[in-house]
Amino acid sequence: MIVLFDSPWLHGALLGLVVSVSLLTVTAAGLLYERKFAGRLQNRPGPTEVGPWGLLQPVADGLKLFQKEQIVPAAAQRFLFLLAPLLVVVAALAGAAVIPWSAELMVADLHMGVLWALAMASLMPLPVWIAGWSSNNKYALLGAMRTVAQGISYEVPLLLTALVPIILTGSFRMGDIVAAQADLRWFALWPPGPGAVAFVLFLLTALAESNRIPFDIPEAESELVAGVTVEYTGMNFGMFYLAEYVHSLVASAIAAALFLGGWDMGPLGSGLHWMLLKTLLLWAVIFWIRWTLLRFRSDQLMELCWRWLVPLGLGLVLFTATWKVFA
Amino acid sequence: MEPSWLDPSWLSALALLAVALVVPAGMLIGARILAVKARRDVATKFDTYECGEEPDGAAWLRFHPRYYVVALLFVLFDVETVFMLPWALTLEQLGAVAWVEMLVFVAILMLGWGYAVRKGAIRWQ
Repeated sequence: MIVLFDSPWLHGALLGLVVSVSLLTVTAAGLLYERKFAGRLQNRPGPTEVGPWGLLQPVADGLKLFQKEQIVPAAAQRFLFLLAPLLVVVAALAGAAVIPWSAELMVADLHMGVLWALAMASLMPLPVWIAGWSSNNKYALLGAMRTVAQGISYEVPLLLTALVPIILTGSFRMGDIVAAQADLRWFALWPPGPGAVAFVLFLLTALAESNRIPFDIPEAESELVAGVTVEYTGMNFGMFYLAEYVHSLVASAIAAALFLGGWDMGPLGSGLHWMLLKTLLLWAVIFWIRWTLLRFRSDQLMELCWRWLVPLGLGLVLFTATWKVFA
Repeated sequence: MEPSWLDPSWLSALALLAVALVVPAGMLIGARILAVKARRDVATKFDTYECGEEPDGAAWLRFHPRYYVVALLFVLFDVETVFMLPWALTLEQLGAVAWVEMLVFVAILMLGWGYAVRKGAIRWQ
């Protein structure tokens, strides 16, 4: 592992800064990519006006958000209202600490790596709830309530599917999990069957955790105006948007490491580029899902989770354990 | 290497957490400085936005009990996954004994799940 400084603080801070800024930059680029991609899916060109081929569109969007007036409603709880947009991005970025970018490049190869990622992912409902509660707006509160219900429900299948690579490896360390998938023995492919199901289920629940379509109940602009973000303006609003994208990007990276072999590509070598390619491909799949599917209804979503996904996750865990012990 | 709480990588992770706090804080403060401000405010600008209707009281109302049921189910199943985590780590050493024990544990848990389903805790209609 590359250690930039002897001091773990400095190493973490510098590499963390690089990773955080890269994630935010990639997110800005991803916004343009998504709009172009959605345009193609709907047989239209997407943004073309700002800069050549619309390349400067994210810059223009960012500048616009920076300039907009930040309004705090008179009825809101001012401190919590302004705290929530900050915390929501922190919760989204924090999971990046344990992403194994390559065999050498990691902010922190914690022996509890997977747990750190899952714990940070499950922080997400808290700032959203703070935002919904402090807005003192009925739409915002309804959106926040649904987010918390959805977030904590989908955390259970997320944990259960993440257990599949943990059982197969016998370690929580991200580096170990990727190393155990060397030579293309990806957990998405190798125990044939359950690995693939676990991978799809992990991606689905990660979608639900980051509140993306088809699980974007909390926002649900056609029912709840804009859910928790209804009272937010300018960059405060931008933070929620940013957090959603960063969260799904981090989730793609974690999924790539847990199920798709991370930085390793067998005979084609290994390295940072493979990890980035897999992560971005998964991210593109998330965009693809967003522009293909409709939104679930809130009650359908809860029933899907508790009636189908939780028993399925338990079944996967037991099947994997059987494989591990007896095969 | 024996895993330990003093593993220095924890400090790196904490440092990233601090950076992840500073970067968005910087963006928000930057936006505070760059953002325009109206010279003169109208009173209705700070009203709660509820699609043009006059907001009828505060939003902090009673909410539907089904959310409590979800919270209860969550506590039940989340505690169960907490028990599964150390089991997953040591499964290779403990072998078939741990496997059978987990089978019994999940069977008991699924009884509770079946009860919740029969009682309609999952159906939100």
